[in-house]
Amino acid sequence: MENQLRSYSDIVGESYDSEGVPTDTSSDQVDIETTILKIYKKFEKSASLDPELPLLFRKSHSSILKNWLNGLPKSYECLDASRTWLVYWILHSLWLLNDMPDAEILSHTVKFISKCQHEEGGYGGGPGQFPHLGTTYAAVNALSIIGTDEAYDSINRSSLQKFLWTVRAVDGSFALHKGGEHDIRGAYCAISIAKITNIYTDALFDKTAEWIVGCQTYEGGFAGCPGMEAHGGYAFCGLASLALLNRTTLCDVDALLRWCVNRQMRVEGGFQGRTNKLVDGCYSFWQGAAFPIISAILSKESKEMIETVFFNQGALQEYIITCCQANGGGLIDKPGKYRDIYHTCYTLSGLSVAQHGTGLEDAFIVGAPDNELNKVHPLHNVAPHLVYNAVHYFIRHPPPVKDKN
Amino acid sequence: MYDSDSDIGWTFYKDRPEWKDITPVPEDDGPNPVVVIAHSEKFEDVYDYFRAVLQKNEKSERVLQLTKDAVELNPANYTVWQYRRDILKALGTDLRSELDYVESVIKHSPKNYQVWHHRRVLVEWLQDPSQELELTGDALLQDPKNYHAWQHRQWAMKTFGLYGKEMEFVENLIKEDVRNNSAWNQRYFVVNNHFGWSDMNVQKEICYAMEKIKFVKNNESAWNYLRGVMLHDKRGISGNAVVTSFCEELYNNKCRSPYLLAFIIDICDDAIKKGESSSFHGADRAIELCHALATKYDKIRSKYWNYIGEKFKKLKKEQEDQQNNTETEEN
Repeated sequence: MENQLRSYSDIVGESYDSEGVPTDTSSDQVDIETTILKIYKKFEKSASLDPELPLLFRKSHSSILKNWLNGLPKSYECLDASRTWLVYWILHSLWLLNDMPDAEILSHTVKFISKCQHEEGGYGGGPGQFPHLGTTYAAVNALSIIGTDEAYDSINRSSLQKFLWTVRAVDGSFALHKGGEHDIRGAYCAISIAKITNIYTDALFDKTAEWIVGCQTYEGGFAGCPGMEAHGGYAFCGLASLALLNRTTLCDVDALLRWCVNRQMRVEGGFQGRTNKLVDGCYSFWQGAAFPIISAILSKESKEMIETVFFNQGALQEYIITCCQANGGGLIDKPGKYRDIYHTCYTLSGLSVAQHGTGLEDAFIVGAPDNELNKVHPLHNVAPHLVYNAVHYFIRHPPPVKDKN
Repeated sequence: MYDSDSDIGWTFYKDRPEWKDITPVPEDDGPNPVVVIAHSEKFEDVYDYFRAVLQKNEKSERVLQLTKDAVELNPANYTVWQYRRDILKALGTDLRSELDYVESVIKHSPKNYQVWHHRRVLVEWLQDPSQELELTGDALLQDPKNYHAWQHRQWAMKTFGLYGKEMEFVENLIKEDVRNNSAWNQRYFVVNNHFGWSDMNVQKEICYAMEKIKFVKNNESAWNYLRGVMLHDKRGISGNAVVTSFCEELYNNKCRSPYLLAFIIDICDDAIKKGESSSFHGADRAIELCHALATKYDKIRSKYWNYIGEKFKKLKKEQEDQQNNTETEEN
């Protein structure tokens, strides 16, 4: 019942009411709803003729992703300091679509990522660039997806651990790079990296959980740093970090759950990143992945929670498949925007979460059965078994120099 | 971001006599690279020289100029910004002009982590936050929800104690757009860090939120603020008669905003936890409201409201069992 698709007349009934007080926020919202309602109306007409709809254009997404892996146009110059991110976003998307590149290309990819590894430890956004926690997280995730001994062995874990120490601050927070800004992304990336590569130590993350909890706001979500506004990307970082540190009891889970469920838009079906902001396809993952994590936390008290998914999985899938696919492949933020690699990765990741929920109940697939994507591990956004394989490889192969702490 | 091909009068570094001593270093992607970005000739030229001086660790006026060209081509290159700061420090450059320079970059790229961080480091070095409120104010005029601008503003205010006129600033933004959640968050920030949650301030903020809710009832920002403020009310969310009667009045006037119904559910929850539940604010009312939300007023969140409804049903059963036990004991 709860997983049935909404009818167009139901959706129209949810339209925004400005209550006679139009402001910038309300008029932006009314505009996007108008656009999306048109799409849903058109969709309902065609869907009545074809039960296989909505259809995910797997082939066109795969093929443009493979083109991107090979080379990118000049418009990507602004991501010249994020190339390991590009690799991770592309490989993860292809994994979700179950269409990984062949072994030779993957081996080339390992060699390219190695070129981005810095002699002081960690990875930069490209060859010769300073190491950065974001681009290191992306490199480690990409290598875990590739999952070969060559990939695992290419990581210098002793210097990686040294790098983590150089960006750690005394209060337990992390700078994104030496001399760079501190925020909750730094903490999440550091924890995720340390856990996957088995270089985690308690000393390295002393006080980190306490610092992260200081980012939970009166709304229930997490902000980038204490005092700021709750935000989907940062909320994911906060929650996933606490879960990886086994310290979720520190935060107010009920308030977090309330904030998370309220981010799903009643007309669009997708998620917004902050209260009174617009829907954006990328939050399909950042907000969507919070739900299986929250269910896992609540299941410690009552077992049945592990199969409870708190958001409307059907509405999110409908938004992604009918509103976020670009012509010719790739996915987008919202109708009217251009496709890009970041949004392709995170809308597909969100689609997978919407289909598989907590991962333990039966998959719920909107549209053609072939729309089903592979599963992800909600804490790392890499396939669950690929996380497991990497972790166990690194447990069997301890780094040459263990942290003295 | 800038169309480099349209640069008139641009001379490539490779054609500049004053750079003759430097051998450019092309990007070393290895024999079989992936995600190769097609660069303009200008981009390639500037970065070939940047890599060369980085390798040699040259810190000079001319490199300072080169980093300007490099960040103009890609303001998100954190390595260039970091190296630029290293040079500024090494050369003891006038940081006032650097402040003006980064301001102009911020105006071009207001949603970029690196530029705001550069600004913050300069202000730290100079220990002079005198322009920060104006700078962030300008950015927020362009985009009142710009996260980077708010974050920089909060940092400057917290570090240098610049709370003086902030309430007025926030007030104006909320007047401009009562749904601007960033402005509401800033209001909370100011009370939390400056005025403090004295009983009087709590009541003042509660009244402010209620005023704004009367104006636009279905505004989640104002409701969230009200709940946030009430976390500091010693009497709890159910113990403030002004708030409970405000909610009931709205309800009686047929307001069915999901945020109102959710708020009444929280009042019920608090009353039950304090052992003060009544027929008005108790489990039955909460269960009824959860059902109304799940089936009518907030259908997209039906799973959540069913879950909350179940919690109240369990609570109710516990209450009844307890009552039965006491009765049995009494008999």
